[in-house]
Amino acid sequence: MFGFGSSSSSSSASSSSSSSTPGLDTMEGRKQAVMQHIRNETALSNAQELMNASTERCFKSCVVNPGASLSSTEQTCLSGCFDKYLEAFTVVSRAYGSRVRSELGPNETSF
Amino acid sequence: MSDSLQLDAATQNELQKFIAQETAQRKVNESVQKFTSLCWDKCITNVTSGRLAPAEANCLSNCVGRFLDASLQLVRDVENKRSQIGGL
Repeated sequence: MFGFGSSSSSSSASSSSSSSTPGLDTMEGRKQAVMQHIRNETALSNAQELMNASTERCFKSCVVNPGASLSSTEQTCLSGCFDKYLEAFTVVSRAYGSRVRSELGPNETSF
Repeated sequence: MSDSLQLDAATQNELQKFIAQETAQRKVNESVQKFTSLCWDKCITNVTSGRLAPAEANCLSNCVGRFLDASLQLVRDVENKRSQIGGL
């Protein structure tokens, strides 16, 4: 869901790859490779933004007085906070998705 | 890009449609990121618990809905002002 990795076929440059993955010597293969590359970029930028936002907030909340190293309390707090942020992301994603769908009606596919 | 990929017109069209969909998806992702950080700051006070409390999840959900409501309202307000002033 968060798009940390690509889900579909590996992009192989050689035509000796498995028959399910068309190589770059075919138009279909090139098309698939471009699509996968674009999907990967979307997933990567989504993951990066998620990391930036959660790190900033969790640092703010958990490391109040920066010491010479992270205490175990701070470490535990950071891990818990991060898990919580992922949950929050999921909740927001669902809420936004269902709201958009109800505004647009069942026939719209984009906005 | 299309030249070096040597795609026929039909495939280029397919790719363009895909790119349009992916662009729309990126906009959704951007919004979800924005709402998550915005609503986290409003709704989450205790960070140490490690799990989302039902009340917090509810708050996050409401936050998204109310932001969109507020946005719609302000757009309507602007439209009203424009028609009052008469053809801005």
